Amino acid sequence: MRITCPYCGERDIREFTYRGHALAIARPAPDAGEAAWDDYLHLRDNPAGATQDLWHHGPCGAWVIVDRDTVTHEVAGSKAVAEVKR
Amino acid sequence: MRLDRSGGDVAPSLSFTFDGETVRARKGETVAAALLANDIRLVGRSFKYHRPRGIWSAGPEEPNALITLGRGAAQTPNQRATVQEVYEGLEVSSQNRWPSLKTDLLSVNDLAAPFLGAGFYYKTFMWPRAFWERVYEPVIRRAAGLGALSGAPDQEPYEKAYAHCDLLVIGSGPSGLMAALVAARAGSDVIVAEQDHALGGRLLAEVEEIDGAPAADWVAAAVAELEAAPNVRVMSRTTVTGVYDQGTYGAIERTAMHVADPGAAPRQTFWRIVAKASILASGAIERGIAFANNDRPGVMAAGAVRAYANRWGVSPGKSVTVFANNDDAHRTARDLAAAGVTVAAVIDPRADAQAIGDYPLFSGAQVTGTTGRLGLTDITIRDASGKDQSVWTDCLAVSGGWNPSVHLTCHMNGRPVWNEDLAAFVPAPDAVPGLFPAGSADGAQSTADCLRTGAEAAIAALEALGQTTEAPALPKAENGFTGHTPFWLVPGKKRAWLDMANDVTVKDVKLAAQENFASVEHMKRYTTQGMAPDQGKNSNVAALAILADATGRTIPQTGTTTFRPPFAPVPLSAMGAGARGKGFAPERFTTSHTATEDLGAPFVEAGLWYRPSYYPRAGETTWRQSCDREVQMVRNAVGVADVSTLGKIDIQGPDAAALLDFVYTNMFSTLKVGKVRYGLMLREDGHVMDDGTTARLGETHYVMTTTTAAAGQVMQHLDFVLQALRPDWDVRIASATEQWAQFAVAGPKARALLDVVLDGPIDWAAWPFMSCGNIGVAGVPGRLFRISFSGEEGFEVAVPARYGEALYRLLLSQASVLGGGPYGMEALNVLRIEKGFITHSEIHGRVTAFDIGMERMISAKKDCIGKTMAARPGLLDPARERLVGLKPTGAVKELTAGAHLFNMGAEAVRLEDQGYITSVCYSPTLGSFLGLGFLKSGPDRIGETVQMVDHLRGVKTEVEVCNPVFFDPEGGRMRG
Amino acid sequence: MVSLVPKSPCADLLPLAIAETTVSEVVPEAITLVAPFKGKKKTVSDALKAEVGVGFPAPGRMTGKQDARCIWVGPEQALVIGPAVSPDGAAVTDQSDGFAVIQITGPMAANALARLTPIDLRRDHFKPGHTARTLLNHMTCSITRLGAASFEILVFRSMAKTAVHELTEALKLLEGRAKLS
Ligand SMILES: [Zn+2]
Repeated sequence: MRITCPYCGERDIREFTYRGHALAIARPAPDAGEAAWDDYLHLRDNPAGATQDLWHHGPCGAWVIVDRDTVTHEVAGSKAVAEVKR
Repeated sequence: MRLDRSGGDVAPSLSFTFDGETVRARKGETVAAALLANDIRLVGRSFKYHRPRGIWSAGPEEPNALITLGRGAAQTPNQRATVQEVYEGLEVSSQNRWPSLKTDLLSVNDLAAPFLGAGFYYKTFMWPRAFWERVYEPVIRRAAGLGALSGAPDQEPYEKAYAHCDLLVIGSGPSGLMAALVAARAGSDVIVAEQDHALGGRLLAEVEEIDGAPAADWVAAAVAELEAAPNVRVMSRTTVTGVYDQGTYGAIERTAMHVADPGAAPRQTFWRIVAKASILASGAIERGIAFANNDRPGVMAAGAVRAYANRWGVSPGKSVTVFANNDDAHRTARDLAAAGVTVAAVIDPRADAQAIGDYPLFSGAQVTGTTGRLGLTDITIRDASGKDQSVWTDCLAVSGGWNPSVHLTCHMNGRPVWNEDLAAFVPAPDAVPGLFPAGSADGAQSTADCLRTGAEAAIAALEALGQTTEAPALPKAENGFTGHTPFWLVPGKKRAWLDMANDVTVKDVKLAAQENFASVEHMKRYTTQGMAPDQGKNSNVAALAILADATGRTIPQTGTTTFRPPFAPVPLSAMGAGARGKGFAPERFTTSHTATEDLGAPFVEAGLWYRPSYYPRAGETTWRQSCDREVQMVRNAVGVADVSTLGKIDIQGPDAAALLDFVYTNMFSTLKVGKVRYGLMLREDGHVMDDGTTARLGETHYVMTTTTAAAGQVMQHLDFVLQALRPDWDVRIASATEQWAQFAVAGPKARALLDVVLDGPIDWAAWPFMSCGNIGVAGVPGRLFRISFSGEEGFEVAVPARYGEALYRLLLSQASVLGGGPYGMEALNVLRIEKGFITHSEIHGRVTAFDIGMERMISAKKDCIGKTMAARPGLLDPARERLVGLKPTGAVKELTAGAHLFNMGAEAVRLEDQGYITSVCYSPTLGSFLGLGFLKSGPDRIGETVQMVDHLRGVKTEVEVCNPVFFDPEGGRMRG
Repeated sequence: MVSLVPKSPCADLLPLAIAETTVSEVVPEAITLVAPFKGKKKTVSDALKAEVGVGFPAPGRMTGKQDARCIWVGPEQALVIGPAVSPDGAAVTDQSDGFAVIQITGPMAANALARLTPIDLRRDHFKPGHTARTLLNHMTCSITRLGAASFEILVFRSMAKTAVHELTEALKLLEGRAKLS
């Protein structure tokens, strides 16, 4: 599998660490309530099809959001977390 | 036998051994070609029935002729005689026979065949259950088998490598060569991977003309052009074994399997090839026809028989017969007759079959049986009128047609589609993104079609890469021999083999259908058809046809099983090349490593780091003696330990303080410049991630210390916070772990030692507990931190790593003057347990700040990672397992880490579990074993006695629950 | 007064030569990590140009030459290899002792690296002046192409021995392979 790091370009999977779904970047407010926090920390969809992953490109330190299809394994694109959140 | 061909052929010039017998061979031959040249037909015994078996094919799909190369540690089993090239001195052994190939005692299995059909093991070895592992399995394993490894580690060198290209061409027959030429001329970066040592594929095995000259001339010209092109890399002896996501391909190169003295060269190389697009020109594999006793040595694939004749000048028989349902196989008769070999008969079940040469043709006829104990002697032909006759023959060339090699198109879940005209499966369109099938792998039947589709696939692949290419002028080539009529089996009562590699017969497949294992996946597992080393390459389609017939369905309705990687076996030694010994994982060494080795200290691995365990001195015979001495040395004089392995993260920027306040539970924005503070870091789920000290070096400059184990994790965590959660903050972080060599100097004489080493004089009043700053160290700019992990007055002194070894040696020599010296990880551990300081033994991922008694460190004044979830009621329940100190009070004065705690009088079972011990040591300071652990409601039970039970080590004692700080609880020593 | 004797990361390990390919250690005057603060990249780049004549590099690129060069090592991060620098507007961290700087030069250099790193080293794709944060077998590293057959590798100082081991093993196999034909 190959993933494009927005800084380094297309790289082999072994340079990356998978870190769950991309919604981890949407941290709830401290007072958002139990349900919101439970959702944020524990609940994940298991889609057959398009999903958004969070990957860490270890060599350069970039956190990357990857659009990926769980059925076809197609990687549709990727972007830097820092850019998305800006 | 060798054919007497005009021109070219040289006399055999080398010899190798087969089961100890010397065999003469020509350079460039496969073992199979050399064996056939020397009239050796019997080469192995079958998997289950130990039937005599011979060479079937001339390629990597070989089901029978599996051999072991070499002897001892380097012996390589299950190699294909049809692939392995001969070299002087090669040792080849046959497999699955005892005591010898000709007299194999286990061939009694064949007599028991009526009982050993499909499902035999499932039905027979049911009871008693206790016999499964102890009796049945060992016996079955001994009887059914392949070659074996020696059991000794293979010391031969193997290699792993990466390659990148625009276009990967898999196979180099007419379609592969044509595709490669088109892409090469278009300037594309091409890799051609060919499993054989020579490029050309079937063109090397056929008598054909291209552009009016022998096909071999065209091949030679094409190869010369490709090899001369700077943008083409030809990889011969390289089999593409797997297709993976985003254009990644696995391939195995038999780098030095063909030479007598490979020297330091890798025996095999496992390649990972990344290609933007690929051409699948993997050709086709000939299939057999099932008829009674069709597995005798001498019964071969028709295409293989003429490959041996045309390519190597070897006839597999003196009197050859052909049994085939297609025109192509008639070429075998034609070519062998032309080479002067007797062609005794061609048997073609098609009533309208036509001869293409001078040989006796039986059209509308079938082969109904064979004879010959260790090799074929006769076949029985039932002619069109139904009359049987026996014909003497020592080689029967069989062809039931050709199956495109679609395997790689299935590796990403593609299912091949049935083509009725070809009576074969062909690749599904777009089965693999970027992979373009061509030639006979895609169902082409003639050389002309292969050349054309090769060019077309290359043009399509280049177009997918955004490159427009003109269609080339195609060479003129053979366009006949395409007639065929599906014909799978000759009906009969006797055993007719489908999967020779796994001894699966027509009857087995029918039995599976009859017993309702009618799905192709069930049939496969019930009969083991397709599960042998050849992975059904020779038998899948025929087995499917018979299953379809037995279940009254069509072949497409019956479906096909999935081909998975690897296409050809890949030795684990190649996949794991370089990963043994020093290659297993990087070793990280501190700057004091050599000096520590000089002192004879054994090392302990801490993550990838190597740290000294203890420093043995003369007269010390156990680690405990050294450790006890080192602990007392620190408590009474001074000790030196390398702490460079702890993570150091440099944090700078206007929002540095905000970052620290957010990732630590406690406040760092209030820390004064020149001060150090202990910090606790949580995961977002409220559990402890790591701890350590952070020093404020300037208004916007901090240095964070992490534990050795969590350095990488914490760095990643900070990256996450800054990129994903607070990208608005202006902070820059950098790992500074490797820049500094840092040494702990601890003990009542720590200052005295530092007075000698630091650029002085030092005003120690300016260095209170938890202070830090820059300082000169023996003339070098360094840093000093007054912190303690031992409970003694302690400092950590840091210098740029280039000076680490020199400073370490200096510290040790000066310490010895003061009655001090180095201490290792064992003593460090004792010192911290005596003080109740935690490590990752305690913060192991399942504990909260509350559990370790640090809930008050979660500041109420600010948010931090983990704060919200740490406040969940369940995580603040006083009845949770919480940190306590433990001391043995029972008859056994020992504690063991990992032991569990139970109430007095309670049974030591899981339901009664009260907690567990995480760290233990013998404290020479207090003269007792000490432990840290977690106990339900622990801090509320100080003074209570509980039982400690270690079921694993069989240790049991009574322990007193105490405060985890055993020594100097007021901390007077450390504050000085 | 005692003085401390410095020791470079590969002092006991390099140089070595296998198959006409040399592996040697470079000990630069200084290695400085420069990470411009928000909106300061231009300022920092100008400051670096003024100080040592090299600008802040784009991702995957090196600026400058052997005596003073700047290689990209991460988002908003570059290492200045050469004279020590201290540009305003950036987090500046001395890393002079943090890395083993290894150069591999010769006919087998690219092939040896192709055994160890998954990146595409083809000359049209990884040209002189290109740099990559990647892996050297299991180690994180920076690889910079200095010339057609010359590369510079930075690994953490503590892993110098393993890095040299990996390069040595790769070169030995290549030497063996070259002797086959
Ligand atoms: Zn990256």
